[in-house]
Amino acid sequence: MGNVKQDKIIELIDITRKFEDGLVAVDGINLYVRKGEFVTFLGPSGCGKTTTLRMIAGFDKPTGGKVLLNGKDISDLPPNKRPINTVFQRYALFPHLNVYDNIAFGLKLKRINTVYEDKNGKRFEKKVKFSKSEISAKVDKVLKMVDLEGFEKRSVSTLSGGQQQRVAIARALVNEPEILLLDEPLGALDLKMRKDMQLELKEMHKKLGITFIYVTHDQEEALTMSDTIVVMKDGVIQQIGTPTDIYNEPKNAFVADFIGESNIFSGTYVGNRKVRFIGKTFDCVDDFEPNDKVDVVVRPEDVEITDADKGTVSGKIISSIFKGIHYEMTVKIGKAEVLIQNTVERKVGETVGIVIKPNNIHIMAKEFSSNRYDGYITKKNTVCFGDGEFECDVTQLYAGSSLDEEGYLITAEGEKIDLTDTDVKVEVGLKDIEISDDQEKGGAIGNIVSIIYKGDHYQLIVRTEENEEDYVFDTEDTWNENDRVSVIIPKDKIRLSLVTENNK
Amino acid sequence: MTKDVKIIEKSETIAPRTRFSFSRKDLCVPYGLFLALFVILPLVLVVYYAFTAKDGRFTFANFIWFFSSWTMIQNLLISVLIGLVTTVVCLLIGYPIAYILSRMTAARRGILLLLFIMPMWINFVLRALAMKELLDLIGILGKFNYLNTIIGMVYDYLPFMILPLYSVLIKMDKSLEEAAADLGAGRVKVFTSVTLPLSLPGIVSGITMVFMPTMTCYVISDTFSNGKVTIIGKLIEQWFGSGDNWHYGSVIALIMLVIMFISTLIEGKFSDEKVYRGTNL
Repeated sequence: MGNVKQDKIIELIDITRKFEDGLVAVDGINLYVRKGEFVTFLGPSGCGKTTTLRMIAGFDKPTGGKVLLNGKDISDLPPNKRPINTVFQRYALFPHLNVYDNIAFGLKLKRINTVYEDKNGKRFEKKVKFSKSEISAKVDKVLKMVDLEGFEKRSVSTLSGGQQQRVAIARALVNEPEILLLDEPLGALDLKMRKDMQLELKEMHKKLGITFIYVTHDQEEALTMSDTIVVMKDGVIQQIGTPTDIYNEPKNAFVADFIGESNIFSGTYVGNRKVRFIGKTFDCVDDFEPNDKVDVVVRPEDVEITDADKGTVSGKIISSIFKGIHYEMTVKIGKAEVLIQNTVERKVGETVGIVIKPNNIHIMAKEFSSNRYDGYITKKNTVCFGDGEFECDVTQLYAGSSLDEEGYLITAEGEKIDLTDTDVKVEVGLKDIEISDDQEKGGAIGNIVSIIYKGDHYQLIVRTEENEEDYVFDTEDTWNENDRVSVIIPKDKIRLSLVTENNK
Repeated sequence: MTKDVKIIEKSETIAPRTRFSFSRKDLCVPYGLFLALFVILPLVLVVYYAFTAKDGRFTFANFIWFFSSWTMIQNLLISVLIGLVTTVVCLLIGYPIAYILSRMTAARRGILLLLFIMPMWINFVLRALAMKELLDLIGILGKFNYLNTIIGMVYDYLPFMILPLYSVLIKMDKSLEEAAADLGAGRVKVFTSVTLPLSLPGIVSGITMVFMPTMTCYVISDTFSNGKVTIIGKLIEQWFGSGDNWHYGSVIALIMLVIMFISTLIEGKFSDEKVYRGTNL
């Protein structure tokens, strides 16, 4: 980061982009880019990263907020007036022009302020075009830089993907922009070429000292090239930081999951720098409120394997795959699966112990608004989840459906469906759970493990014994810790949804 | 088959050729027949009549007659001129419409496109008559015969200009225009340096679709000028019909053919394959 200066070149203030169809692609983001920095917008498709880039380029106008360039508002400036050039996703080379004319396109349009002096020594300013020889010299120089000397007269359609890519980069760089925008420029290249181009781009960035803003969905690309990574999701920035920060200290489960491979468990902060997940209590280095619901992230390479009796917790290896440098093994501990990367292989079926160092356990606050469980429908059209069985309304799974006398579901189209053993996602609100001393009354039985007073009500956690499933709920009644109670959830408060690819 | 019969060997054989085999080539036969009967044969007849006299002798007299008659030459020039003006007017009206259509949101575009295409669904004579009545209502019918002819032609052939332009413009990669703007081109420059050159194939096919038919479409010129404007198609009709001289008629038809051929060649130069290639890079 030697060439990173402290002054901001681009600043986005509260930028929002709402499309005509109501879709909010970018939702009030704030960020700045420093001069000479290599910034990457990273996120899955549809996260708003390309829209953000397009607003910096000027192709899209923000529906709210301001874009500042060197401190000046450029929100309404058209793209041709901005000292910014773009390398497009699919290159967008002009098919009717050859390589030389493609690259010279911008130069031919440029006017340079030139100061003249007349006979009387009076100075005046005039805007002048580049001369033919100046253009030719600039094009030659940039072609040399991207290794395409001698390609001037070639038609762009005769070039390979990699060569087109280089022309696109040359066409942008030849204008000596203050900022170069790159919209997934390497997406269409094969793996080997992509790796080479990554290094070349990084090299160019170092040499030219221009600010690069790069958009990609490839986390590895982002980690390799950037000074700063901006992780986005659903039009909102999740985290801004250096590659090391983002990898080692992800701010939330999304970032952890998106960057690199990781184990994500839901856990509970016990207090006193201890966190409980996968049925055991681990030492950690973060501070949270006792009984806070948290996401625990552990990188697969940070899980250490020891003998079965020496680990914090033990489990059985259920799969092992050789990945070249390391083995990728999965250990089953209770219901949870832990992904481990290690250079030493343990055989499938072996029982091993695992140890995780406190500073390798990353804990993130979980936004807890409802209880979520994985469940399945039984023969009697009840639902099993959280170590219990509850009556529920299965017709909510299919709009307009009903139940016939035999208990089969009839869809709106008249189709008959047997729901037995269908996997479902179950959601229960914090206000929808009651408990009772009568253990016959509810669908699940557990112990009250936590009672927190929240001003006007108590928040309780009931934990089952078998799989340590938690029921979190608000109540105004007073209970005692360690009471054994049954959990009652009214039929209409159990929200069910089918398991799809998206919510897995 | 009994139990003790075993399969020793299985082999596939190709089904034996029946007497009525049918290959893919045979699919050309209907069109081949059509081509011979309705394209080649008439062409041969036209050439034959053009080069013979009434008694069947070979002669150039028909051509000499055409090129020494000022009326004929005048009619030919008028036809070409009407064709040219109509084409230019169609292009000037059609290009902006096609451009606007291609930049609209899909929902609105559908309805508007339909509005422009719909006239093509109504019988063309009926359409021409309706337009004529409209001109009469304004009071210019019978006063400006050439102007009215061109109005009629433009009215009838505009959709044929819009469609090819629209289909080229809608397919054009929008990021090319963005790239031009990104490199410093203003709106006008983006249009002249990227949009226009890349829509050349559409312009050429639009011209082809309009220019050629307008030179011969005498129904429109008759309707809109009350028979005062004679274009070359009308002459052919006259000589083959009431004039009863197939030799003169054939000469004019042959000359038309040559003009068409030349204009196709010129247009072909502009719609060179290269323009298409890589348009979707």
